[in-house]
Amino acid sequence: MNAALALIALAAIVALVLGFLAKRGKDMNLEQWTVGGRGFGAIFVFLLLAGEIYTTFTFLGGSGFAYGKGAPTYYILAYGTLAYVISYFLLPPIWRYAKKYGLYSQSDFFVHKYGSTSLGVLVSVVGIIALVPYLVLQFKGLGIIVETAGYGAIASTPAIWIGAAVVTAYVMVSGVHGSAWVAVVKDTLILSIVIFLGLYLPYHYYGGLEPMFTAIDKAQPGFTVLPAHGQSLWWYASTVLLTALGFFMWPHSFGSVYTARNERVFRKNAILLPLYQLILLFVFFVGFAAILQVPGLKGPDIDLALFKLSAKSFAPWFVGIIGATGVLTALVPGSMILMTAATLIANNIYRAFHKSADDRQVSRLAKLLVPVVALVAVYFTLQGGETIVALLLMGYSFVTQLFPSVVLSLAKKNLATREGAFAGIIAGVATVAAISLTHTTIGTLFPSLPAAIRELNVGIIALVVNIVVLVLVSLATQRVIAEGAGFSGVSAQDRS
Amino acid sequence: MGNLRWLAVLPFLGLVVGPFFVNRVTPYVLGMPFLLAWIVVWIILTAIIMTVIYRADPANREDAQ
Repeated sequence: MNAALALIALAAIVALVLGFLAKRGKDMNLEQWTVGGRGFGAIFVFLLLAGEIYTTFTFLGGSGFAYGKGAPTYYILAYGTLAYVISYFLLPPIWRYAKKYGLYSQSDFFVHKYGSTSLGVLVSVVGIIALVPYLVLQFKGLGIIVETAGYGAIASTPAIWIGAAVVTAYVMVSGVHGSAWVAVVKDTLILSIVIFLGLYLPYHYYGGLEPMFTAIDKAQPGFTVLPAHGQSLWWYASTVLLTALGFFMWPHSFGSVYTARNERVFRKNAILLPLYQLILLFVFFVGFAAILQVPGLKGPDIDLALFKLSAKSFAPWFVGIIGATGVLTALVPGSMILMTAATLIANNIYRAFHKSADDRQVSRLAKLLVPVVALVAVYFTLQGGETIVALLLMGYSFVTQLFPSVVLSLAKKNLATREGAFAGIIAGVATVAAISLTHTTIGTLFPSLPAAIRELNVGIIALVVNIVVLVLVSLATQRVIAEGAGFSGVSAQDRS
Repeated sequence: MGNLRWLAVLPFLGLVVGPFFVNRVTPYVLGMPFLLAWIVVWIILTAIIMTVIYRADPANREDAQ
C-alpha cells in the first residue's frame, strides 16, 4: 500500500470513529436519528447545509466541468448564492410549521399542508428518484479518488464497493449526529486544500491567474466566456434559476432545515453562505489549470482533471491528503442522502400503508433499508456513463418540480388544491423523465424555435408545464368545492 | 424593514440578467476573465445586501421570538 492509499484509509477510519463517538450517550429514537433532536445552532446547521454543498460534486465535478466545458461552470457560483437569498424568506416559515406539527421529513410537510397522505407518498417517490443520481455521483467520486490515488493498485469497481460499505456502516451507526461531526473535520480540510491548490497550481504552471486565462484563451478562444450556442447565456440563466429554486427542495436539505434550534439560524446563514460559495472559485482555477497540463480527458473522464493534475504535481503523501479530503466530501453528503432515502421509504411510504406501525418499528426498518439503497446506487454507479455535473442537474430537474406547491402552501390562503399540487408534480416529473430518457432537447423537438428557447434547461420547461397544470387543476377543483358548498349559501371562496 | 426586503431582487438582476451584458473575456479583473469577475463581485454584493436586510428585519432583534 502506498502513502496516498494509507492516508485515505485513515480518513475513512477516523470518520467511522467520530460517527461511533457522536452516538455515545444519546438515546437514538427516530427524532434523534433523523433531525438531531432539533437542537443544532447556527454553526452546525451551517456546516450541515455547507457540508451538502461542498460535496464530490464541487470538488471533482466543479473542477472537471471547468476543465471540459469552461465558462458554463460559473453557473455553480451563481445558483448557490441566489438559493441563500431565497432561503432567508423561505426557510423560517417552513421551520416554524415543521416544529409546530413535529414533522420529520419533507413529505410530512406536504401531508400536513395539503391533508393528503397520497401526496406525501408521491413527494417521497420524487425525492427518492432524485436522490439516486445524487448518491451515484458521490460513489462515482469515491471510486475516482481511490483509483487515482492508488496509482492503479485498486481498480475502480472494488473502490466503489469499499466506499459504499464505509458510508453505509457510518450511517447505520450514527445518523445525523455523525454527519455533523465529520462535517466539521471535512470543512476545515477542504477549505485549506482547495485554496492551496487553486492558488498554487496557476502560479506554478503559468505564473499567475491572468497568464493562465490568457493562455487558455489563446489555445481555445472564447472558452472562458459563455458560448453563442449550446450551453449559452440562455442555458446559463435558466439553469441558475432552476437550480436556485430547487436547492432546498432536496429531501435531505429540507430535512436539515428541521435540525435548527431557532429560525434566526437561517437568516444569519443567508449572510455567510454566499461568501462561502467563493471557495468554489479556487476549485474552478484547478480545473482551468489542468486544461493545458493534462489535456485529452473526454466525456465522463473530465471528472478526473483535479486528481490527474495533482498526481502530476505532488508527491504521493500529498495526493493522499487530497484524496482523504475527497473521501470526506463524499462521506458527509453520501451519508445524509442515504439516511434521507431510507427514512423516506420507511416513514413516508411504508407507514402510509401500515398505519399501526410504531416509531420503533419504522426506525428499525429505516436502518435495514440503508444497505438496500446503497446497493441500488452501487448498481447505477457501475453502469457509468454520465459526468458528475450531468447527474446532479438531472436530480435538480426532478426536485425543483416540488417548488411551486411548497411556496404556494406557505401563503395565508393556499391557491393550490391537493389535486392541483398532485397533477402539477406528476406533469413536471413526467416531462423531465420523458426528456431525459429519450435524450431530447427542446432543439430536437422544436427545431424552428428561436435559439433562446431551444437552449433553455429542460428542467425549466418542465417547471412551466408543472405550473400551468397546477393552476388549471386547482381552478377546476376549487370550483367544484365552491359549487358543492354553494347549496348551503355563500361558500368560503366566494366570500374572500 | 418593509421596503428594504426588495433589495433581495438585486442579486437576481446581477447574477441572472447581468451576464447577458458582460459576457466577455477582457478586461481581466484580478486576473479573472471579466464575466467571472462580474459574478464574483455580485456574490460579495449579495452578502452585503443580505446583511442590510438582516439588520433591518425586526424578527432578528434579540428580544424577538
